[in-house]
Amino acid sequence: MPGKVHVTTTINGESVEFLCEPRQTILEVLRDQLDLTGTKEGCSNGNCGACSILVNGEVIDSCLMMGVEAEGQELLTIEGVASTDGLHPLQQKFLEHAALQCGICTPGFIVAAKALLDQESNPSEERIRLYLAGNLCRCTGYDKIVRAVQDAASEMAE
Amino acid sequence: MNAFDYEAPQSVDEAISLLSAGNGNVGMLAGGTDLIAQLKEGRKIDLMLDLKQIPEATALSFDEDSGLSIGAATPCSKIYSYDVVKSRYPALVDCTSLIGSIQIQNRGTVGGNFCNASPAADTPPAVIVLGSTCRIAGANGTREVAAEDFFTGPGQSVLQPGEFLVSIQVPTPVANSGAFFLRFIPRNEMDIAVANAAASVVLDSDKTTIQEARVAIGAVAPTPLLVADAGAALVGKAVDDEDAIEAACAASRAAARPISDMRGTIEQRIHLSGVLTRRAIQGAIQRAKES
Repeated sequence: MPGKVHVTTTINGESVEFLCEPRQTILEVLRDQLDLTGTKEGCSNGNCGACSILVNGEVIDSCLMMGVEAEGQELLTIEGVASTDGLHPLQQKFLEHAALQCGICTPGFIVAAKALLDQESNPSEERIRLYLAGNLCRCTGYDKIVRAVQDAASEMAE
Repeated sequence: MNAFDYEAPQSVDEAISLLSAGNGNVGMLAGGTDLIAQLKEGRKIDLMLDLKQIPEATALSFDEDSGLSIGAATPCSKIYSYDVVKSRYPALVDCTSLIGSIQIQNRGTVGGNFCNASPAADTPPAVIVLGSTCRIAGANGTREVAAEDFFTGPGQSVLQPGEFLVSIQVPTPVANSGAFFLRFIPRNEMDIAVANAAASVVLDSDKTTIQEARVAIGAVAPTPLLVADAGAALVGKAVDDEDAIEAACAASRAAARPISDMRGTIEQRIHLSGVLTRRAIQGAIQRAKES
């Protein structure tokens, strides 16, 4: 039985150490060991994007990354998106536009949209839809999500 | 997921010694978008070998003399964001920017796309027509294999036990050359190719005659195929020679040996081999004219 591996990483701006088995995904570590349950498990094979997190600012599916790979990396989960001053504009706009129903896909959409808006301040609707194509929502039909992201982009640009 | 050990070697040599000690049951981890999904589906390994600490496997560099070196563990998004790739290897942008989602492109690699060796993989045709070679490390040193010779069957490659793919070397584009890749899918994104194709051409100095040409097709045979007859049909012909282009399309249709499955039928895939070959050639010629 392989031993556990000691991992030192940064999650939501804080230095974090954990022990994990090599076979544990970072999604399992986040949810089951670190109690960061905002990141959701959907398909668990990289199709749905519910488990999206940022690693060094880039959005990835945490179901397809091993916990041991977090060594030395900077992770951002949905728990780190809001500041102490309040919700992130994306979170606020998702609420205002009712861009969610059941909510399972929402953390993934918000961190993926954050990755986009951190790189591009004024993405087109087409660009938003393409960028978020790896995040599936079975409730909203996407239009409200796209409008929320567009509105958040406008507000952040002000 | 079954239990396994994990190692992140710091050098090619260290990786080779871990590989040879690993009983053949080693999973090579680059972006993990195929490997981790397979482990969840029951694939068993004793050791996961993470390549991302090996400088040669993560390097992405260009030199006018030696060309572009793509470390096997370099994610797609790094490749299509690299200035030299954007300006001089647009066919690599074509293929790396349409694999899966942004999430997958931020992890998935061209090296992994090669080693997973899906017949429908989207990066091999472009890498093949660019005249690339695969640099493979093993206990006896490093060997180079032409990209079109890397694949031996669905999920199978020339990699022997104890070997791994370190990098892919893509030659510097010559003057008046161009390359283009495209695929057919019934959706706009997030899909697996029904068929795909790439072409590269070198034109003469007044950009009216084709001097060299290569065509490769994918998802229509057990492996990606370099269609030598398609390239040969174009050599010495004018860029607007419709008969020559049709001859190249016919060569692709003749080379295709597809199966029928949930994504398409034999007949559709043979037809698509010709259509995509035509569009790839036209795209490559256009880029050569603009170069």
